[in-house]
Amino acid sequence: MASRAEERMQRQSARNGWLLSLPALGLLLIAALGPLLIIFVYSVLTPGQYGNVVWEFSWDGWVSILFTRDIFDGTLGLADAHLTIFWRSVSLSLMTTLATFALGFPTAWFIATRPPRQRGLWLFLITIPFWTNLLIRTFAINEVIRQEGVLNTFLLWTGVIERPLSIIYTDTAVLIGMAYVYLPLMVLPLFAAIDRFDMRLLEAGYDLYASRWQVLRRVILPIVKPGIVAGSILVFVPSLGAYVTPRVLGGGKNMMIGNFIELQFLAGRNWPLGAALSVTLLLIVTAALLIYVRAANRGSNPHG
Amino acid sequence: MKKLLTTATAFALLAGAAQAEGKLSVYHWFEYIPQELVDKFAAETGIEVTIDTYDSNESMLAALKAGKMGQYDVAVPGDYMVAIMAGEGLLDSFTPEELPNFGNIAPQWVDVPFDPGRKSSIPYQWGSTAFSVNRDVYTGDIDTLAMIFDPPAELQGKINVLDSQGEVLALGSIYLGIPQCSTDREQLKALNDMLINAKQYWASFGSDTAKDVLVSGDAAAGMIYNGFSAKARAEGANVEYAYPKEGFVVWMDNVVLLKDAPNRDNALKFMNFLLQPENAAAVTNYAAYTSGVTGVEPFLDEAIKSSPENNPPADAPAGSFIQVCDQETQQFYDAIWTNLKK
Repeated sequence: MASRAEERMQRQSARNGWLLSLPALGLLLIAALGPLLIIFVYSVLTPGQYGNVVWEFSWDGWVSILFTRDIFDGTLGLADAHLTIFWRSVSLSLMTTLATFALGFPTAWFIATRPPRQRGLWLFLITIPFWTNLLIRTFAINEVIRQEGVLNTFLLWTGVIERPLSIIYTDTAVLIGMAYVYLPLMVLPLFAAIDRFDMRLLEAGYDLYASRWQVLRRVILPIVKPGIVAGSILVFVPSLGAYVTPRVLGGGKNMMIGNFIELQFLAGRNWPLGAALSVTLLLIVTAALLIYVRAANRGSNPHG
Repeated sequence: MKKLLTTATAFALLAGAAQAEGKLSVYHWFEYIPQELVDKFAAETGIEVTIDTYDSNESMLAALKAGKMGQYDVAVPGDYMVAIMAGEGLLDSFTPEELPNFGNIAPQWVDVPFDPGRKSSIPYQWGSTAFSVNRDVYTGDIDTLAMIFDPPAELQGKINVLDSQGEVLALGSIYLGIPQCSTDREQLKALNDMLINAKQYWASFGSDTAKDVLVSGDAAAGMIYNGFSAKARAEGANVEYAYPKEGFVVWMDNVVLLKDAPNRDNALKFMNFLLQPENAAAVTNYAAYTSGVTGVEPFLDEAIKSSPENNPPADAPAGSFIQVCDQETQQFYDAIWTNLKK
């Protein structure tokens, strides 16, 4: 008897919970799906002459992601310029991920192996850059790597180089900028993973005559893998949509997808293409996240 | 103490009055109006002014089309853009009686093709667009647009180009000697190919950074507006502004009254204020271009009046205004620009 009343109360409270969260869910649905829907609708309309759209259905926005109509004879060909931008975005994002991992893993290991009382301080130092606006940090990097910037001045002074390095306004500049900006996003999840790592496993590995390399590859990396995957996603996803860094350090010449989308909405006056590109970017990010979820699931299985 | 209190009260009242006078929203180019002048207007009228900036006529148009109409009272488009905005129905009109200083507009700037009789706009400043070269880097003759489009070895890879479709395509057309609104496929293709080839010599696209990269030495040459180049020189860059023999772009920026302006009366007050010779001269002294208002001479700095940027050599050709092409032709130019930018 008592248990049935209890059951009813439980059901009641579950229902109340749903009812109470309805407004939040509704808001989430409208705020998350609404804009997406608008973007999608715009991607299948016709561009207006000076921006905006004409309400006529057209797949041109989607077609022109991969194909381009020759501006002079009207034939359809592969849009190699678009593919270049996509390739640059994906490859720069992957390189950023690798660079932040190469720098971030030793850093995270270092922090995780400090005495517990010091770790807070080191983590605090890692998060300090977040206190400064992204734009300002990007301009600071600009100041360092410019033709007559800090780096070149120093290297010229020491005599390491004779002519200033031309880094600014190249893909390398964008890579340096993004690696710097996103490094903390790699270090923090790596630290969280390494922090949980039982150091006795290292001794066990050595006791079983494993070399240092084998310990790293067969003991450490598999265990901290969830951290690696999380860090990689946290770096890869925002890198893909980066806008400020390529704009400031790439000189408006070496565009990434984010800049290309902006161009379509402003000077390019082709909103449908911009909308289609936005959806494409979203799909790439979703694909990356799916890979993450699969990898994370496999990681949680100890015998996986 | 009493006096202090009275003063404080007066200030408080003044502030109250300023509040009551309302607001003005200006959509303006970067670095184009001295803050002192804005403060002066605010002090004289009690109107609170907010300014947002843009870096090309095209991006201003795009932003307005993308939903910023009704947010700003005035904007400052270039000549050809005034015509486009009028055609798109983005401009409100006024009568000369609404601007007591209307008569100060220099006669040659009243009946302009882009706004005959000045129904929606008043002149702000006019000048030219060509390029400047750092004389420490390159010492040869610079009176040709080849410096930008087919540069000598010293300048290759060290060139900044304005991030502005109208100016880049117009200068490219002038360099090739073809009309600005060509419908001839061969000419369009030649323009496209020339620009694509020139891009390999360019380091960056940037309008608001055009001066800074010259001053910092990151660029050894750059497409630039004459007054902006004068500012670069004033900031210590050893740059010379060229009046190329093929021709160059002339422009006039204009303050326009936007449709659905939330503060139409204040906008007219602001436009009237800018037609005062003293205030027009303040803009010229700051931006180093030329005003379109009569009677500014007594207020101009000597350095501005005699600057090489504002005084083309006697043998310089005439400049050309940017033309507005019809929709079909414009599509080709849009495509060329997008093609170049990606």
